[in-house]
Amino acid sequence: MMISEKPSTTTDGHLAGHDARPSVGRKFTRAVIQAPLSAQIALLVVMFYLFVIVFAPLLAPYGEAAVVGDAYAPWGGEFWLGTDSLGRDILSRMIYAARNTVGITFIATVLAFVIGSSLGMVAAVTGGWVDQTLSRLVDILMAIPLLIFALLLLMIFGGSVISLVLIIASLESTRVFRLTRAVAMDVAVMEYVEAARLRGENMLWIVRREILPNILAPLTAEFGLRFCFIFLLVSSLSFLGLGLQPPTASWGAMVRENVMLITFGSITPLLPAAAIAILTIAVNLIVDWFLNKTSGFSK
Amino acid sequence: MNKLLLTVAKRLGLGLFTLLVISLIIFLAVDMLPGDIATEILGQMATPDAVAAIRAELGLNLPIHERYLDWLGGLVQGDLGNSLATDRPVASLIGDRLMNTLYLAGLAALISVPLALGLGVLAALYRNTLVDRVVSVSSLAAISMPEFFIAYVLILFISVQLGWLPSLSKVDADQPWLDRIQLMILPAITLTFVTCAHMMRMTRATIINLLSSPYIEMARLKGLGPWRVIVRHTLPNAWAPIVNVVVMNIAYLITGVVVVEVVFVYPGLGQLMVDSVAKRDLPVVQAASLIFAATYILFNLIADVVSIVSNPKLLHPK
Amino acid sequence: MMQRINDAQVHPILEIRDLVIESQGRPKGKRLVDNISLSLRPGEVLGLIGESGAGKSTIGLAAMGYARDGMKITGGQVLFDGVDLLSLPDRQRRPYRGARVAYVAQSAAAAFNPAHKLIDQYVEAAVVHGVLSDAQAREEAVALYEELGLPNPETFGNRYPHQVSGGQLQRAMVATAMACRPEVLIFDEPTTALDVTTQIEVLAAIRKTIRDHHTAALYITHDLAVVAQVADRIMVLRQGEMVEEGDTRRLLEQPEQTYTRDLLSVRNLHKKESAPDDTVLSIRGVCAEYHRGTQVLKDVSVDVEKGRTVAVVGESGSGKSTLARVVTGLLPPTEGSISLHGETLSPRLRERDRKTLQRLQMIYQLPDTALNPRQKIRDIIGRPLQFYHGMQGAALEKRLRQLVDMTELGTDFLDRWPAQLSGGQKQRVGIARALAAEPDLIICDEVTSALDQLVGEQILNLLLSLQRDLGMSYLFITHDLGTVDAIADHVVVMRKGQVVEQGAKSTVFAPPYESYTRLLLDSVPEMDPAWLDHVLADATPQG
Repeated sequence: MMISEKPSTTTDGHLAGHDARPSVGRKFTRAVIQAPLSAQIALLVVMFYLFVIVFAPLLAPYGEAAVVGDAYAPWGGEFWLGTDSLGRDILSRMIYAARNTVGITFIATVLAFVIGSSLGMVAAVTGGWVDQTLSRLVDILMAIPLLIFALLLLMIFGGSVISLVLIIASLESTRVFRLTRAVAMDVAVMEYVEAARLRGENMLWIVRREILPNILAPLTAEFGLRFCFIFLLVSSLSFLGLGLQPPTASWGAMVRENVMLITFGSITPLLPAAAIAILTIAVNLIVDWFLNKTSGFSK
Repeated sequence: MNKLLLTVAKRLGLGLFTLLVISLIIFLAVDMLPGDIATEILGQMATPDAVAAIRAELGLNLPIHERYLDWLGGLVQGDLGNSLATDRPVASLIGDRLMNTLYLAGLAALISVPLALGLGVLAALYRNTLVDRVVSVSSLAAISMPEFFIAYVLILFISVQLGWLPSLSKVDADQPWLDRIQLMILPAITLTFVTCAHMMRMTRATIINLLSSPYIEMARLKGLGPWRVIVRHTLPNAWAPIVNVVVMNIAYLITGVVVVEVVFVYPGLGQLMVDSVAKRDLPVVQAASLIFAATYILFNLIADVVSIVSNPKLLHPK
Repeated sequence: MMQRINDAQVHPILEIRDLVIESQGRPKGKRLVDNISLSLRPGEVLGLIGESGAGKSTIGLAAMGYARDGMKITGGQVLFDGVDLLSLPDRQRRPYRGARVAYVAQSAAAAFNPAHKLIDQYVEAAVVHGVLSDAQAREEAVALYEELGLPNPETFGNRYPHQVSGGQLQRAMVATAMACRPEVLIFDEPTTALDVTTQIEVLAAIRKTIRDHHTAALYITHDLAVVAQVADRIMVLRQGEMVEEGDTRRLLEQPEQTYTRDLLSVRNLHKKESAPDDTVLSIRGVCAEYHRGTQVLKDVSVDVEKGRTVAVVGESGSGKSTLARVVTGLLPPTEGSISLHGETLSPRLRERDRKTLQRLQMIYQLPDTALNPRQKIRDIIGRPLQFYHGMQGAALEKRLRQLVDMTELGTDFLDRWPAQLSGGQKQRVGIARALAAEPDLIICDEVTSALDQLVGEQILNLLLSLQRDLGMSYLFITHDLGTVDAIADHVVVMRKGQVVEQGAKSTVFAPPYESYTRLLLDSVPEMDPAWLDHVLADATPQG
């Protein structure tokens, strides 16, 4: 149970300011210390990925697409992880690929959330024909398997980064819509929302002040899960040769480029695949921890 | 009983309608393609006359709704048009490959469904014990890995290092059954990993949810043993959600097959689709998308119907 | 009530000694049941009474050696016929449960398995415990269904739970619990979820069954008047501890503890009728429906005058809450009109202007869902001040302090979150929020029914004093006639969407009674142990 905080000294009419609890940072630190080992390791892993992404140009020994040696150079020496079929440094490409793959995934996830969750909340609050139309539309779009739909659209709109992001974001936004609508619906039937309606509040206020703060926990968890799904989708598309176009480095494409090596018993092609798997597992573990924490709190 | 039939009929109608809308979306999507199928076929260098001739031949001069109805009419009769790349009828290209994909998905389902349900029930019964944690964490790991990662790890160890099974799964219709199955084992195991984890987690959640209902507490307070509580009081109510989970994952299997088919060079519909996307072979992509979507809808429909039929409130109306 | 067994020589069939039950979740280790001892002789009925959090249900389950998830029995003994159920392994405890001690839950609708027929669920325990053969059990089921007054007893059991009404289902659950002729029955609020007129049938059936079969029982409820009808002795519990225990009549007539006295006096609030004044709200000939063709309100006309309370009373399905939705504009009426101070309101909420909305405020039934858990009390009460009156800064702060003061909360509540408040405190915040708008009329929708009786009474007192001080008018919707007596000037009795009778409280609640009003009034249990006998004796013989 929370202990009553000291009365806030602000007496101005700005009501939102009172939400800020001063100890958010400290609360987070304490939560991390009390977290299970798996979640702590997962947080470290995610931080490591972030570090690599931010400092990619400083960390990579060579350029992203620079041909710097012979094809298929072995591990060690000048090229820690060897070179690929064109003689590019695999370590450098791994590092740049982190930026490209995670970056695209992140942007697509944010976009999917902006579209999906705002429409989902509007549908839940408005109800009636707006809700019916949006929901039926989403039902139909979701009846087409995602990967198949993505392949079809990529063929039509081409494989540029922008169309890749837009296609994935709009397809995934249907999933976000459905979840947001469901959880927002649970909140929208609450009497405090009815009270706001009866007061005469407009929809924007109801969505921002009454609905959103109460569905933030499930939405945050969904963001993590969605990130994983999109990440795997982007990687699969790259692996199929339909994601980021060469010479841009991406983990999925790197598996495909170096797959020859596997027949010689080399694990090099598995490295980018493992990079994908490790990040996804880490994010999933954090989401799991978060869900465990919040489900106990909200009930 | 009438109400039940009506609900099922409604659901079927809705499924059919969805399929129709999806066919329209797929048709329009291809139709919206920048440029023109005619130039697509002949290349940028084509003379205007040649383009016009092809357009007439393909019926591209007709208004859009007539073309859609033509295309739809052809679909219904099994005429999916001709492949742009090979000029062979799409139907003949797809036929065998669709069967291959269904075999593979079927084999994977045969392994993963019983495994997942068993593990899911086990984890739910022994929840918060070591068994549960091990099953939960490993399933979390399995759903977090891209299919091609699992596939290549299997290839590296089982094919390359141990040499037990081939790394390529080029089956064809002339092979004896047993050989084909042997070729399908690795792709099937890969698919099993992912779907099994999903199914197991959902089964576990479903059972745990049911175990907290008041009528389960009541059954325990009647002095019934744990086995009877599960079999007689939990499972009859778990049917609908579990079938739902299974069917959704089978539907996923059929599309998840795409990446696995590419890895193992398995001649299925997914691989054909990926190849055709790369070659921009529109009629093939159109047909393949539609088949995938139809299968997906069909399975979701089955799940819906099962949950309607197993609902006592609809089965025994007031 | 006849004292059937009062022989100290008879061994208790159930004896609980120093029972301690602790919470496993948050807050961990909190004592939910603290050192409770009780004993029950064969054929005796002990009433366990208390408000929410008293631990009475937890004790009831513990009497079967059972603790819910998140709770743990950490001390004491539960001796059933001399055997400590708590010391037995689960396998050896099972033969007791369902066979010798059986449970009747609050909601039969949730406690029956939806997938099986009622009779199959009756037979199950008897067959599993080897008490009866399947055929014998089925035969007995029919007899027991008949005994409990269920319709068509031969075929009744072939129905599924969802095909049976609430009152019948509750009686079917009593029958099911009786299947093995247990020596002890645990009743956990078996009539709480029912309407008053249904409650009386179920209560009579329960009492008849346990008397006829000489079954001992623990009867758990929050309602003293209900337990007075069935119990030989009553134990009053509060926050897991025993307050006092005694013979039913003695406890009702000479309670030793103040807490018991408070519980007893809870229905004694009575408002003197005030004289009619100017009409504030006028509902004229209103009809409404949720789905086309199924009318839920038929030609309802009600007036509310300044400074007065109009109570709309009725059972579930009477349309009383729908009336509130129509007044607020959430459900536009198909016919009729609503006017405020003579000015006709738009039927739709969307078409009403801010000024109109401000004049009509609402207080809700469930304080837990009436306040946004993510807003501080300051924001919840402050919003209408800002929204309707444009208050800012010091003026806003001053008014906020006034409002929490008026609702007897204290200024330190302003910076708390709803989760830090009790149910009654939350309801006060709801009242403050309604007052902040400075309305002409407040609609109160079952505002006390989710609260414990003592807390509910305080809320009623607050509403009454606000009415005196501010001249507030209330449209008060309730199913509870005791509440009507406490707060109303004018009473509107509704049934199936129609007004059965309305008038000044003193005329409606005095002879000659309208027949439905009389049925309602007669169904409200009184603190007199002989009440049920009188009512049953008065009732004309019918099914």
